[in-house]
Parts: sequence; structure tokens; C-alpha cells
Amino acid sequence: MPLSLAITDVDQLKNHPAVARLLGGKAGMVQGAKFDRAELTISVDRDSLREACALLKDDSACPFNFLSDITCVDWYPAEPRFEMVYHLLSMQKKERVRLKVRLQSDSPAVESLTSIWPGANFFEREVFDLFGIRFTGHPHLRRILMPEDWEGHPLRKDYPVEGYR
Amino acid sequence: MMAHMTPTPVLEPGQDRTMILNMGPQHPSTHGVLRVLLEIDGETVVRLMPDIGYLHTGIEKTCEAKFYQQVVPLTDRIDYLCPMTNNLCYVLAVEKLLSLEIPPKAQWLRVLLNELTRINSHLVWLGTHALDIGAMTVFLYCFREREEILKMFEMVSGQRMMTSYFRVGGIALEPPLGFFDRVRDFAGYFPEKVDEYENLLTGNPIWMMRTKGVGRMTAEDALGLGATGPTLRGSGVDFDLRRDMPYSSYEKFQFKVPVSEEGDVFARYMCRVQELRESIGIVRQALDGMPEGPIKADAPHVVLPDREKMKTQMESLIYHFKIITEGFAVPAGEVYQAVESPRGEMGYYIVSDGTAKPYRVHMRAACFANLQTLPTMCEGRLLADVVAAIGSIDIVLGEIDR
Repeated sequence: MPLSLAITDVDQLKNHPAVARLLGGKAGMVQGAKFDRAELTISVDRDSLREACALLKDDSACPFNFLSDITCVDWYPAEPRFEMVYHLLSMQKKERVRLKVRLQSDSPAVESLTSIWPGANFFEREVFDLFGIRFTGHPHLRRILMPEDWEGHPLRKDYPVEGYR
Repeated sequence: MMAHMTPTPVLEPGQDRTMILNMGPQHPSTHGVLRVLLEIDGETVVRLMPDIGYLHTGIEKTCEAKFYQQVVPLTDRIDYLCPMTNNLCYVLAVEKLLSLEIPPKAQWLRVLLNELTRINSHLVWLGTHALDIGAMTVFLYCFREREEILKMFEMVSGQRMMTSYFRVGGIALEPPLGFFDRVRDFAGYFPEKVDEYENLLTGNPIWMMRTKGVGRMTAEDALGLGATGPTLRGSGVDFDLRRDMPYSSYEKFQFKVPVSEEGDVFARYMCRVQELRESIGIVRQALDGMPEGPIKADAPHVVLPDREKMKTQMESLIYHFKIITEGFAVPAGEVYQAVESPRGEMGYYIVSDGTAKPYRVHMRAACFANLQTLPTMCEGRLLADVVAAIGSIDIVLGEIDR
């Protein structure tokens, strides 16, 4: 089974329900799309993430009703450094879509999704704890896995595997 | 006082009449090291706040410093009650990154072992959950059958719990002689044992009083809070990744997905007990239809060669040396692979930068999300029901904290 090339052209992907739905939203919301290894990724503008999620959740044709996962990837030393990754699932259509938002390294912050899915709470606290990204509008943003008085954010790439000594 | 000894999430008493009660992390009914902070008014829970992190070992960070094949033993240790499920999810994700094709026999063996793992995990859940609520005997019965499953795991992998039996590209070894007969034996008598557990619990008036109408959660709440697995199906949402988004040949098996509408502790109990019966059905189908053929993919740069070939063939020796010393490079990209673990959606998100070590491995733990439903289930209810509700979401702290 040879690896097929990823499709990165938004025009070729605009028939996918999730891409079509977001292209119908605010201009500039979709910054790019990629279809690779049978998985769809859409890069979204930082300021319209919440709006994009609300649009996808209320889509009548293919509602992405379930938030599977939130995590982050640190691309240190590249800028924008942080890449927030959201996995949404449509239980009705059995489709997944991945939304991505890039954040600059100086005071990285993005809107919280807790008002759309209350379940985003723990996931966002985990990302805050391990990457130091702030979520505006989060009801209870504090460390979840590490002790309250821990210094640094362990999953950042400039944090040594053995910890600071 | 040391800073780390201060009670971390501080919960102030809301009204004059309420008090704060600390439950755990060392409490027999919190299944490990879950700490729950409760604001109570007499016997009624006003607010509940789970506090986790006591078992955090930084596995995601450790993965970034390991070769792809070295991550497999780490995945066992995330959810120690269902090691094979975690093995499977991880190797499926890496195989997707590599675009490897897995021979049918390996896929069926994986299904067989995964369903045994599900039974194993549900037996621990049933035993401890019943013990929490006060039914002592069930625990002894469940562990009797679990012991047999652990012996079967020892037969195939040499380990009872941390099996690490799956490999990227297949499975480690052929199962030994007599393994399939032993599984068939077990599949023959296990349904009677489930009847035995049900005789002790399902119609038992004390059990029903402690579980019916307790820890209620609507389907809408469950979906919003990210619940999956039996915790979600107990609230009437009919979704199972094995059936709806099949992986590893699950589409070739016939099984029902048990769903209950009530959304209480009893509903979740019924879902899991019926899953025990469905799982043993899948095990039987896997035994009957087990295909012949190799158990490893034809990919010499990824799959370790046979020991015998290494002694006679130069190429095998070279591949072995290369894979062990420098790992195998995985094409750049990212995948999210989810499987239905005994607790819900277990997902691995792996980012590769084209080297032999993963750039980022993230585990979406089912319990981590399921635990968020606890306040919804318990607030406004009696303190004693908290224990029943914790048991009913079947938490494993190793998976929550990672």
C-alpha cells in the first residue's frame, strides 16, 4: 500500500461537508486544508475558532456533535510556535475532522470551547498545564496534572526530558 | 508547610451550613489515587470537584525521546487494565503513518486478544464496583475468571499484565500450542459465569436500591461532557467505534452494541455486563474464522526478522541491527487513531517529523473525559451515592494522569 500524496488545495477539498461549511462562514476563516492518510485537517484563523466550531456543530447535513480531543504541538523554534489541534467527530455521519490554530510564542492564547462543549474543560486545563497556553473564557483555568507550584510547562520542546535540575 | 502539601484546588464553603469533605487520594473506593473534594450540606453533595494528577508520569514526554518501537511498552502502562487495547491503538496509528498492510491473521488475533482484554477489564470493574457498594462475593468470582485470562496472556506474551505483545507491523510471536484450545475452553464456560454474576446482582433488591435512579445523566450532558463507551451508551446514545468506525477487521464480526436509556448507575452496569456476553461471542467468531498466514507485515525495514533467519541470512542480521540501533524512519505527517477501549474512545494522536522518534504522541484517554461527568451525576445527591457513581464510570487513574 504505497503512501499517496496529501491534497493541500482548498479548491479540491471544497466538496467535503466540513470545508464547505466553513467556507460558507466568515471570509478568511479557513486558512488552509489538507487531506492526508484519509484524514481531513482544516487550518482556522485564531480569532474565529469558536465560531468555526459552532458552525460545524450546528451543521444540519453533517453535524460534528462531539469533541473528541484537544491537544497542542510545540514547533519550537519555528514561529508561530504552538499548534492547537482539535479533533471533532460526527457520530451521525461517522466522520472526523481536525481543526488547527497556530499561536505565536509571546503570550499564546485562544478562545475556550467550554461554552460549546463543557467537556473541553479538562482538555484545555491539560494544555494550559503542559504547554502554558491560555484559554480566554475558561471558567476554571488552573493546573490539572502537575502540582500547583510547578515551574515551567513540561511538554514544551525547550523543557528537558529529565526536568530542570 | 511544603507547598505541595497544601490542598490544591481550594473549595471554599459556599454557605454557612455547608462543609468541605476531602475524599481520597487514598480511599478504597476511588480506585487508585483519585481525590474528590466535596462540599456537603448534611448528607447532600452541593458541589464536587475531582482532583487528579497524583499518578502523572509524563509518558507523553517520554515517548518523544524513544524510537517508535520502544513506545509500545509505555502504552501498556497507561491503562494497566487493558494493555492490549493501548498496544493496538498505538500500533494502528503508527501503521497508518507508515501505510503498512497487516496480514489478516494478525488482525484477527488482535481482535481476539482485544476482546479478552475487554472481558478482563470489565471483570475488574464489576468486582471492585460491587465491592464498593457492599457485595463482597462478586469480587472473588470475577477474579477467578480474570485469573484464567491473565494465564492466557502469560501464555502468548510471557507477561500477565504488561503484555507489550503487539508490534508495529503485526504481533510479536505466534501463539504457543494449546493457546486456542484454552481460549475455546474459556469461551465455552464463561457465559455461565456471567449468569452467576447476574444472579448475585441484577435482581438483587439491595443492588437495585443502590444503583437504580442513582448518578443520572442525560444523553445531552454525556455528549457535551465528552463521555464515551459504556458511560455514554448507558445514557442511550448508540455509538461504538468497533461497529461505527471499524478498525483491525472488526467489520467482519457480528455483535450487538448494548444500550440502556435510563442513564443511571444500573444502566451502565447493564451495558457492561451485556458487553461481557457480546465480547465472548466475538472471541468465539475469531476462533472459528481465524485465517491462516503470516503474523507480520512484509516490511523488512520495520518488522524485526525471525531469529532463525538472523542466524543464516546476512540481510536479516543487518535489518535487525539497524532497527534495534537506529529505529525506523516514519514518513512525516500526523494521524489520529481511535479504538473502543473498555472505557470508551481511546485515541492516539501522533505527529511524525520524518525521523525514527515521534515528534509528539498524545493519548486521548477515555477516562479523562468520562471523569468530567462526575459532578453532573453527584451534585444534589447523597454522599453515599458518590461511591456508586465513581464505580460506574470505571476509572483507571493511570490512564487519566498518564
